[in-house]
Amino acid sequence: MRKTRTLLAALAVGLLTSTAALAGDVRIMWYSDGVEGEVLKDLLDRFMKENPGINVVLDNVSYTVVREQLPVQLEAGDGPDIARVTNLKAMSQHWLDLRPLVADAAYWDTNFGAQADWMRPDGSNQISGFMTQITLAGGFANKTLFDQAGIAMPGKDATWDDWARASKQVAESQQVPFAMALDRSGHRLSGPILAYGSNYIGADGKPAPLDDGAKAFIEKFVGWVGDGTMSKDVWVSAAGSTYRAGADDFINGQLAYYYSGSWQVPNFSTKIGSNFDWVATGSPCGPANCTGMTGGAGLVAVKYTKNPTEVAKVMDYLAREDIVKEFSERTLFLPAHKGVVEKGLDFKTDDAQAKAALNIFVGATGSLSDIARKLPGWFWSDTYYAALVTRVSQAAAGEMPLAEAYTRIDADIAAKIKDSGR
Amino acid sequence: MNADVPGKTGSGIGEVVLAPVRFTMGLIDAPLRWLQRVTGISGMAAFFLLPNMLIFGIFVLLPFFINFAYSMTGGTALFLPDRSFVGGDQYARLFDCTNYLNANSCAEDTFWTAVGNTGWFVIIQVTLMIAVSLVTALILNRELAARSFWRAVFFFPVLLSPVVVGLIWKWILQRQGLMNFGLYGFGFDPYAWLNDRNWAFAATIGVSIWAHMGFYTLILLAGLQAIPKDLYEAAEMDGTRPTRAFLRITMPLLAPNLLVVVVLVLIKAVQIFDEVYVLTGGGPGTSTLYLTQYIYETGFATQLRNPGLAAAASILMGVVLVVLTLMQLGLSRSSEKKGARK
Repeated sequence: MRKTRTLLAALAVGLLTSTAALAGDVRIMWYSDGVEGEVLKDLLDRFMKENPGINVVLDNVSYTVVREQLPVQLEAGDGPDIARVTNLKAMSQHWLDLRPLVADAAYWDTNFGAQADWMRPDGSNQISGFMTQITLAGGFANKTLFDQAGIAMPGKDATWDDWARASKQVAESQQVPFAMALDRSGHRLSGPILAYGSNYIGADGKPAPLDDGAKAFIEKFVGWVGDGTMSKDVWVSAAGSTYRAGADDFINGQLAYYYSGSWQVPNFSTKIGSNFDWVATGSPCGPANCTGMTGGAGLVAVKYTKNPTEVAKVMDYLAREDIVKEFSERTLFLPAHKGVVEKGLDFKTDDAQAKAALNIFVGATGSLSDIARKLPGWFWSDTYYAALVTRVSQAAAGEMPLAEAYTRIDADIAAKIKDSGR
Repeated sequence: MNADVPGKTGSGIGEVVLAPVRFTMGLIDAPLRWLQRVTGISGMAAFFLLPNMLIFGIFVLLPFFINFAYSMTGGTALFLPDRSFVGGDQYARLFDCTNYLNANSCAEDTFWTAVGNTGWFVIIQVTLMIAVSLVTALILNRELAARSFWRAVFFFPVLLSPVVVGLIWKWILQRQGLMNFGLYGFGFDPYAWLNDRNWAFAATIGVSIWAHMGFYTLILLAGLQAIPKDLYEAAEMDGTRPTRAFLRITMPLLAPNLLVVVVLVLIKAVQIFDEVYVLTGGGPGTSTLYLTQYIYETGFATQLRNPGLAAAASILMGVVLVVLTLMQLGLSRSSEKKGARK
């Protein structure tokens, strides 16, 4: 009997010990565009030295996993403790309210308040997390190709037509397969669409039908894909709302002009190096304005975590002013922290092209339209983007006429609104 | 148990290893014989099947019924109790067409595009796969130099993960891929194979055949090797031509293996997804969008997801598969009966 009791006691102690070990675990689902995964790992190693009771596990996954698999895990009441996400508003019901858990909620409100609404349920004052970086969609030109072709790069207020014309001349002169590329993404396509005067948000706050501004740019864009100005590899190469980037073609010197965003700067700085000269151009202008699209990735706490206190400690650490400053300077990301922005940054790079590009993007924030600022915090933005990508790429592939694509975009969005029951 | 089987007794290492197994089986044997006497053979079969049925029930039948339940619900929530009951609305939505031969006339046009693409894929791929596997098996059944090596070569792609298969062929076929590098070397202009609707569709068929034919070749090869050689010798002595020997000896005796291969190829073809998803992503446009990718995207990838619609589409796909399998089984039975009458 005594033996049995001893055995049971040992088993209980063993179980308790193992549970205690698990209690300190904080799992972060993270994706990287550039070197930010390595920088974060370094920062977390320092956190764990300062907090030996908390074990932070960094799961580096692809962006597609975050986009497609994380929502399913969250719906099932599961998932990581913290995640790096771009679809912040539509999944806000899954984020943990850190307000009662963080050391100083006022610090969070002051420094991250401007984007806090992007990641919390409508009408709440929840602190869900913070933006790891603010991004801005914009263009990049291969300066070396332009110089070799002897064609002047369009200036500051150049239009989409100006860039298309010049890039096409460069591509023909330099035997480049495509003049331009624009990521296969509804977010990216929306920059020029807004520059053409479109307004996605209806009077009732729900998606408005596709308007003339949107149709004007989509028609132009599909024409460019058709005549080979715009890369077919990016926009015709997949079905549905699958994401495709044209970054590799730009890095390999196969594009005169590439429309993506500020998050590519560290990627280009690392991978292009001194192979050729490149510059950021901001967003080309449309008839309405010269806006790009703002956005970014947020680091959010997941409400299904078993260790909310530890999660809050990790979030407090990563949101600290000195840590945000270091993270931004080493990753070459534009920070969302008010204090860091006000005090200025010293980006850790010797690459003058990267520094100049970052300054261009910072400057381009001044030309953002009101609607571009609203979309990251709008529940329906990803629904709108998904419908745009699916149908515009079908039209670009020659599967359906543009008029049919426009009707389908409106129908797809209407069906999603009906499905959601909102 | 095996003691009275000639050649199975002895005192070698094998016997030493097998002895504990035999002893254990002997212990189980007696009560089982008793149980069999009491319950009868059918009862015993159920007893032995029970563990398997439990696993099958939990991991196959239960998900099937849960999936069916999903297909009767609406909304974007994933957790079944959070979803609203909509009856057959999801099925009605899938069948909401003015002309079933024109996908564009349907509310869910991409579903019907995927159905059409899958149909063509199945017809072409299954035919080619069986033909290619059969020819390969016939060649590998001959007295070739380094026959084992060639068998391994054809079987090797089966060992690769579908994602790896997709990536390998993407590196070969993409605009800056190996194929164009080779063409460029011979003075031809590079061509974007995967941006061309017809070439992309052909690529999905070719790649799936390349990836899986080794498995079916192996099944057919096993069938060919089971055919007694003396039948061919007798036919040869009678002056039978090789074509006639193939049609009158090989094909009838290979029929059971061939039937298994047809069923497996057919089911696999309807379910095609992973290598195509990596290779073409369903593009260009929707020209290689197959049914499984439609289900995946509707249920998991698009914003906002519709698990109910995806479940309804997967139930319809399941029905098609069951019908195809039953047809194959019917054909199999009728051919067996014909064989028995002969």
